[in-house]
Amino acid sequence: MIQEFKKVWKNYTIGMLWLLGVLWPLLGIHPDGTITFQKTVSVWLYILAGTFVCLILYVINTSGNLKPVTTPVAGAARKIGSMIEVMPSWIWISALLICAFIYPLVTGRYATDVAITVLFYICLGLGLNVVVGLAGMLDLGYIAFYGVGAYTYALLNVNFGLGFWVCLPVSGFLACIAGCIVGYPTLRMRGDYLAIVTLGFGEIIRIILNNWMELTNGPNGILGVKTIGILMPFFENGMTLETLWVKKLQWFYYFVLGLAIVAIIAVRRLNYSRVGRAWESIREDETAAELMGVNTFNYKLLAYAMGAIFAGLAGAFFAARMKFVSPESFTFLESAMVLCMVVLGGMGSIPGIILGVVALIALPEAFREFESYRMLVFGATMIIMMLFRPAGLIPAKRVGKRSEDKE
Amino acid sequence: MSDQPILELKNIHSGYGSIKALRDVSLKVYPGEVVAIIGANGAGKSTTLMTICGIVSPEKGEVYYQGEPITKINPENLPPMGLCQVPEGRRIFPRLTVEENLILGAFYRDDQEGILKDIKHVYELFPVLGERSKQHGGTLSGGEQQMLAIGRALMTKPKVLLLDEPSLGLAPIIIHQIFDIIADINKNDGTTILLVEQNANLALKAATRGYVLETGEITLEDKADALLHNPEIRKAYLGE
Repeated sequence: MIQEFKKVWKNYTIGMLWLLGVLWPLLGIHPDGTITFQKTVSVWLYILAGTFVCLILYVINTSGNLKPVTTPVAGAARKIGSMIEVMPSWIWISALLICAFIYPLVTGRYATDVAITVLFYICLGLGLNVVVGLAGMLDLGYIAFYGVGAYTYALLNVNFGLGFWVCLPVSGFLACIAGCIVGYPTLRMRGDYLAIVTLGFGEIIRIILNNWMELTNGPNGILGVKTIGILMPFFENGMTLETLWVKKLQWFYYFVLGLAIVAIIAVRRLNYSRVGRAWESIREDETAAELMGVNTFNYKLLAYAMGAIFAGLAGAFFAARMKFVSPESFTFLESAMVLCMVVLGGMGSIPGIILGVVALIALPEAFREFESYRMLVFGATMIIMMLFRPAGLIPAKRVGKRSEDKE
Repeated sequence: MSDQPILELKNIHSGYGSIKALRDVSLKVYPGEVVAIIGANGAGKSTTLMTICGIVSPEKGEVYYQGEPITKINPENLPPMGLCQVPEGRRIFPRLTVEENLILGAFYRDDQEGILKDIKHVYELFPVLGERSKQHGGTLSGGEQQMLAIGRALMTKPKVLLLDEPSLGLAPIIIHQIFDIIADINKNDGTTILLVEQNANLALKAATRGYVLETGEITLEDKADALLHNPEIRKAYLGE
């Protein structure tokens, strides 16, 4: 055990000293120029103590002294795992659906609001998954289509008074057109070059929104976007149809939940279709796909357009939810966020992406007190992820087995 | 053997930018033949195949397939016409299963029953693929991957199969197995085969006719037997 400890203590000490060096500028230097050490040291000591306990546990485990505890625990975990696998998947799905349905009834306004954000990002993540996870094209300007969708609804509603349900398909359609316009010239590129060009086009759309004062009211944004309206029959004096505005957050939640479910089903069906297979072949080897008769350009454009449609639909809901749109909501950081969610959760895996979104939206909300260290924690999480689960939290289920292996 | 060549290259000049890989290459492949193109590294063998398939477009010259010029046709439209390539280095889809790889070979086809039948046929040719049908392509050994690449190309129901260095990086016993199957495909299915190889001995034994490609030019064209006994060829390519 002492020997095991000797192996790791040096790295541990260096790591901790490095952390102190990173922490101090964040905590010790204040905007007014004062310099303190107290807080840095106390936070650092907490982290030190925590990681030291982990280290000791790790050392005991690797030296084999924890076997009497770990063996039965691992056995139990395996048993539970096999029980879960035996249960049919519809039980899981229906349990999740029921949870999602009663969620806003049992939680407060704030929690529902966070859940709505999560659902928006699930749609975005799934759309981006089509482009990045299935077709294998790195898209850094994805949020622009979200912006196109949101602005389409906001402008049509404010200027022409068109209702939400009329504008929803228009939003999706215009985002799709924007996707094709951006995609047509860029998709001839591959890999890093494509990433750079999509980044540029994403910024172009944001800057247009920011500077076209006459149309978009520039950085001031568009105010007074109407929320979703539904026609409801009333029976008080005969039967009359009246528009009911979805003002309550809980009701809005159900609409976004519906959108997310549609997105999940659509992406799943696309994934296992002929089109999905073509996309995956392009991701794997574009030249070989071409030689096998896949029209790579059309399918890449289709992936781009499909991704944009999901973003556009989510954007329309976003505008209806916020009742306000401004270019600030569609910055590069948002694109990076969505990409992080997809990568963190596991490219190509729908449950993975949902988990990735929950992790990156809900957890920062839960730890609001540590808001100033959010980016630090974010970076650390990403590094840990890449070390321990490089294929994502829930990797796509395309794990091949040699036939000798147990099925 | 009919008089009309099924595949013909007429004075093809091809290259990558300023690098000229092929100069005035003309060759003919008749239906039912196995034609071998042999040559050293960088002689332009792979470029020839890539030019036929339209991945590299020629600067001058024309490729004729069944009497029709195909230089202007997009590469993805060639498999439906019966022209398919097994690219160099196999290039299977590593994260798709063996079966999905085969289904992708039949991408342009929509006859479900025919596809299933052809998958079975490929599994009969290569039983090892049948055993590994649910496995990722990337987990196969080199020889199995080559079999998968050939199987995938067969799924397009090719009339002309272009094979780019099927022996690359494989153990001799596997190479023989693969060449036996290539001969079978030619005999049983009547598929015309254009074979590109560095391994001249093997290629010429399998072929009916051969071309020798040297730094982008065809220097010799003859019956395979004759090439195999040609002292110059023996000296240059067979190590004597």
